[in-house]
Amino acid sequence: MNESSFARELLIQFAYLISSILFILGLSGLSDPKRARNGMRLAMLAMLFAVVGTLLHHDIVRFDWIIVGLVVGSFIGVVIGLPLGIDIPMTAMPQFVAISHMFGAVAATLVGIDEYLALGTTPSAPIMGALGAEVILGALTVTGSFIAFAKLQELIGGRPITFRGQNVFNISLFVATIGLLVYQMIVPGQPMVFFIMVGLATMIGVLMVLPIGGADMPVVISLLNAYAGLSASAMGFALNNNLLIVVGALDGASGLLLSILMCRAMNRSIMNVLFGAFGTVATNKSIKSAAGLTVKEVSVDDAAVSLAYAQNVIVVPGYGLAVARAQHLIREMADLIEKKGGEVRYAIHPVAGRMPGHMNVLLAEAEVPYDKLVDMEEINDDFEKTDVALVIGANDVVNPAARSDPSSPIYGMPILNVDKAKSVIVMKRGMGAGFAGIENELFFEPRTSMLFGDAKSSLGKLVAALKAL
Amino acid sequence: MQTWVFVLAAFVGYQVITRVPALLHTPLMSAANAITGISLVGSLVAAGSGRGFASNILGAIAVACASINVVGGFLITDRMLKMFKQPGKKE
Repeated sequence: MNESSFARELLIQFAYLISSILFILGLSGLSDPKRARNGMRLAMLAMLFAVVGTLLHHDIVRFDWIIVGLVVGSFIGVVIGLPLGIDIPMTAMPQFVAISHMFGAVAATLVGIDEYLALGTTPSAPIMGALGAEVILGALTVTGSFIAFAKLQELIGGRPITFRGQNVFNISLFVATIGLLVYQMIVPGQPMVFFIMVGLATMIGVLMVLPIGGADMPVVISLLNAYAGLSASAMGFALNNNLLIVVGALDGASGLLLSILMCRAMNRSIMNVLFGAFGTVATNKSIKSAAGLTVKEVSVDDAAVSLAYAQNVIVVPGYGLAVARAQHLIREMADLIEKKGGEVRYAIHPVAGRMPGHMNVLLAEAEVPYDKLVDMEEINDDFEKTDVALVIGANDVVNPAARSDPSSPIYGMPILNVDKAKSVIVMKRGMGAGFAGIENELFFEPRTSMLFGDAKSSLGKLVAALKAL
Repeated sequence: MQTWVFVLAAFVGYQVITRVPALLHTPLMSAANAITGISLVGSLVAAGSGRGFASNILGAIAVACASINVVGGFLITDRMLKMFKQPGKKE
């Protein structure tokens, strides 16, 4: 190594070091909503340092293809990212994360394949292992993310798709894939085996996500995030690149942790989410029949009166609110109630909506101050003292069966104690069951009254009625 | 040595992420997604290498895909974080 290439290498390592530090600082900015946006700017800067550092690399001899790739990719990225929240509702966010993910994983897989082809016949066992891990994790993230996207975008049914012996089949497939990798580490130089391994990994991605129901999709997306991160890390091992190892590990840790946190919020294990096929066979036998029970309907005017004279109101938002895009009306309604002297807070269940913190984002969009959004543990004891609990488009997260009925599929999931409130108004489109496909006893309680209709039109009428009072 | 770096980074990641409040979990997910685009680094090497046409093409596609991930991911994250306003906008 001559002097100039030594200086160049030093410069690259310096850029990579700055980049790693900026990534860590950027992520830690997310511990506070006030610093989060600046944190993300640091992360963008980190990515810039990573790119510039890489471009200094002596292996890079031509820039034409790089420029083509960067321009085309950035353009498509803007086209995908920009409409979200403007033309496309925020509810579509999870599938956008999934599809954006798929592209990152495609990149990791292609780089792995290219490296393999460039290495020629005899990669050493550790290099082969790293490359194999990279393409396996990459390939299964590609197809897994696409299936997650297709399910959430409703290109294919959101219900779990299962068949007999599925788990056994999937596990055998996985073992076979790992087996092929180990075989190649011992006997290198067999491109056919390599591509069969990649093919099997893409199948694992499909089969892993197909049996998972729409409600569990955030867990899967987060897990796929972890896989993509680990794939990048493996790429770092193969290319001897510390930046890739560090950032991939950060990503892997965050994805894994986030999916564990989400599972904990639903009181289920990761194993149960991945292999449980929630909402299929097991749920059918434990659906409580609603026959013989009656619900009490309430008119918009009556609901408006009880809200107007309530001292404390807790709003429980759910996915129905997100679908109806009625968050701005909620804000308007809350302002009217507060003008009449009542206090309005929002109870946020950790898995309300389709993403962790989904409701926070949604209500933040309507400029609801975030100190009004209260986490489940903090607000659950306050329901007893609450005059009106207003449930908007939420179902499973307020189902008392989670506390009382051991045969219920959601038994043991922590819920919001809405049934303890002095009165409950449930806004719902109809008597359909929630995501988990189970009946909700809360709706038949004497203290509960139902306000049927689309959340947006119902809230619009409520606001009008409150103004008239 | 590499394993050492990996374990340390994973530990740092764990420490940082445990401090993120539930309020910001969706933006975190989106941010982590944007950061996955770090595979751009490997893609650039392939696209700019002198290993031949096939390598360059594969690399260029990889660069494009990783850029979609980075640009799209950061755009979505920023859009989301923009919505978190300070309560009452005081100070």
